[in-house]
Amino acid sequence: MKYVFQFGIVRDHLPELIHGAWLTLQLSFSAFGLGFALAVVLAFLRDAGPTPVRRAVGAYVELVRNTPFLVQLFIIYFSLPELGIRMEATTAALIGMSLNFAGYATEILRSGIDAVPNPQIEAGHSLGFSRLEIFRHIIVFQALRTVYPALASQFVLLMLGSSIVSAISAEELTGITNTLQSTTFRAFEFYFVATGMYLAMALGARALLHAVYWSAFERGQPTRGAWAR
Amino acid sequence: MSRDFDWSAFLFILGAVRWTIVLSLIAFAGGAIGGLVLAIARTSRFVVLRGLAAVYIGVIQGTPVLMQLFIVFYGLAVLTGLRIDPWPAVTIAFTMYAAAFLGEIWRGAIQAIPRQQWEAAAALPLSPVAQMRNVILPQAFRIAIPPTVGFLVQLIKGTSIASIIGFVELTRAGQLIVNVTFQPMIVYPIIAALYFALCWPLSLAALRLEGRIDAALGIGKRP
Amino acid sequence: MPLLALANVRKRYGDNVVLDDVSLDVETGEVVAVIGRSGSGKTTLLRCINGLERIDGGSVQFDGKALPGDGAALREVRRHIGIVFQSLNLFPHHSVERNITLGPTVTNKVPLAEAQAIALEALRQVDLEDKLHAFPTQLSGGQQQRVAIARALAMRPRLMLFDEITSALDPELVGEVVKVLERLATSNMTMVLVTHEMGFARRTADTLVFMHKGKVWEKGPPKELFAAPKTKELESFIRAVLEPND
Repeated sequence: MKYVFQFGIVRDHLPELIHGAWLTLQLSFSAFGLGFALAVVLAFLRDAGPTPVRRAVGAYVELVRNTPFLVQLFIIYFSLPELGIRMEATTAALIGMSLNFAGYATEILRSGIDAVPNPQIEAGHSLGFSRLEIFRHIIVFQALRTVYPALASQFVLLMLGSSIVSAISAEELTGITNTLQSTTFRAFEFYFVATGMYLAMALGARALLHAVYWSAFERGQPTRGAWAR
Repeated sequence: MSRDFDWSAFLFILGAVRWTIVLSLIAFAGGAIGGLVLAIARTSRFVVLRGLAAVYIGVIQGTPVLMQLFIVFYGLAVLTGLRIDPWPAVTIAFTMYAAAFLGEIWRGAIQAIPRQQWEAAAALPLSPVAQMRNVILPQAFRIAIPPTVGFLVQLIKGTSIASIIGFVELTRAGQLIVNVTFQPMIVYPIIAALYFALCWPLSLAALRLEGRIDAALGIGKRP
Repeated sequence: MPLLALANVRKRYGDNVVLDDVSLDVETGEVVAVIGRSGSGKTTLLRCINGLERIDGGSVQFDGKALPGDGAALREVRRHIGIVFQSLNLFPHHSVERNITLGPTVTNKVPLAEAQAIALEALRQVDLEDKLHAFPTQLSGGQQQRVAIARALAMRPRLMLFDEITSALDPELVGEVVKVLERLATSNMTMVLVTHEMGFARRTADTLVFMHKGKVWEKGPPKELFAAPKTKELESFIRAVLEPND
C-alpha cells in the first residue's frame, strides 16, 4: 500500500472542523426546537381536532415518513423558488430538518398520548376541563415521559441526518469536511476525523438527554419512568 | 439547450427506480447475513464477541450514513490508488449500514423471547446451536418482521444519498432531468411520489403485521 | 322540583338496547342506590347523567335545565356534578394536593392558595389530611378512592355520582370508603350510587332502584324492597347477592 496517512494536516485544520461541528449543533438544536413545537401542536390536533384536520395531519406524517429527506430538501430549496419562495441554503436546511423531525415526532407523541389511560381522560372531562386543558394537565407530562427514549433517538437521527444538508451547500460539518478534503487531497483522514466528531456529538447528546430526562421527569416522582436506569 | 419534461424524461426516471430497488435489495440481503451474525454475536456468551458487535453497531448507528459512504468511496479510492466506481462503494457502505441496524433489531427480537424458552430448550436437552436454530430463532423471526419491514423503508429512502457521489438511482435521475429541463417544480415532487409509492405500501404492511403479531402473542388492543 | 330528572331515557349501542325507557327523579339531599346485575345498564345510566354518554332518546334534566350535549355549556354543568369511578383514575404524575386543586383552579378559576385550603378541607372530610403531599401510587386502593372522592368534593358539587367505587378494592379496604359515603349522606349531599354494597344500600339509601335489562324494574325504600321484593328478578338477585354460595 503506497498511501501514507497524514493526520497532521487534519490537525492543522481542526479549528475549521470544530466550527463545522458547532454549526451542526446549532442547526440541530434549532430544528429540534421548531420541529418539536410543531409536533406538539400537530399531535394535539390529531388527538382532539375535527376529522378533516386529523386526516390532514395523518397525511402530512405519512408523506414525510415515506419520502427521503434529501428529496424533501430539494423540493424546499429548488422547487419552491419557482413559486416565488426563495431562501438561503441554511434556511432551507433548517426548515427541511424541522418539518422532517415534526413528521416523526408527531407519530411518536401520538403513541405516548394514546398510552395515557382513558379513565384519567374521563376524570378530566368530569372535572369540567376542556380538551386543551386535559391535554395540558393530564396528557402532556405522562406522554412525554413515556416516549422520551424514542424522541431522544429521533434527535440523534436528526443531528446525524443534518449531514445531508451539505448536498444543498448549507454550512455544517460535512460540507466543511468536503471542502477541506478536496483542497488537501487527504480524503480518508478528514472523513475519518469528522466521523469521529459526529460520533462524539451523538454520544454527548445521549448523555445530555439522559440528564434532562432525570431532571424533568424523575425528580419528585415516586415511580420510575420509561428511561430510568 | 433546455428540453421540456416529456415522456422520455419520465421514462428515464422510471428506469432509475430500478437501480434504487436493486441497491436496496442487495444491501438488504447482505445486511441480513451480516445482521444475523451480529445479532448472534450480541447475544452470545462470549464477552469479546458481544463487545465487538456492540462497537460496530454503535459506530454505524452513531455516525451519518453519508459519512460512511464517503469513507468507503474516497477511502477505497485513496487506499487502492484507483478510481472507484460508485457501485462497489455504495453496495459495501449500505450493506454495512443495513447489517448494523438489522443486527440491532434482531438482537432485540431474540432478547424479547422469555427466559423460560431458553431454559426449556436447554433442558430438552439441546446444544446452544440447536437451541438457537430450533427454538429461539423461529420465534424471534416472527417478532422481528414488523421492525425489519420498517427498516427496509429506511433503507430505500437512504439510498437517495448515493446520488451525492454520483450513483444514478432515482434521486440522481431527478437531478439530471432538472438540469436539462429546468423544471424542479414538476420533477422533484414526482421523485417524491415515486419513493412514496415504493415505501408507503411497505409501511402499511409493517403496521398490519404488527397488529397480527400482537394478537399472536396474546397482547390485546386498548379499548 | 327534583334536582335531577330522567324521563324516558333510551340508549343503544348498535343493536344492543342498554337503557330502555328509564325514568327517575332525584330530590335534593336524596341518596339513591342503583343495583342490578352486570349488563343491566346501571353504569351507563350514571354516565348519561354527567354527559360521558349521550342519550338516544328521552331527556336528562339537571336543576330544571336539559343537560347540554357538549362544549362549554356541558363543562359549566359538570362543575356541579361530581363523579367517582370504579377504576382508579387519579393523575399519577401529580401529588394528592395537586390532583385536588386542579379542578378548582382550572375550571372554577379559584386562586391556587384558596384551592389548596379547599383541598386540605376536602381531605379532612375523607380522613386523609396527612397524605396531602403523597403521590397516588404511594397510597392503598381505599386511600386512592377516598382521594378521588375528595377531588370531586373540592368542586363543591350539588350532586355526587359513584360508579361501583368499592368493587375493585380488596375487602379490608372497603370499610373506610363506605364510612366516608355514610358521612356524606348524613351531610345532606344528593348522591346517586351504583353499588354492590347491600349493607350500605339498606342502611343509608333513601331510595333503591333495581335495574334489569335496561329498565327500572323496581323502585322504592330499600327496607321495603329487601323485605318484600315484588318481582322474581329482584328476589333472585337479592338471594344471589346475600347468600352467594347457596
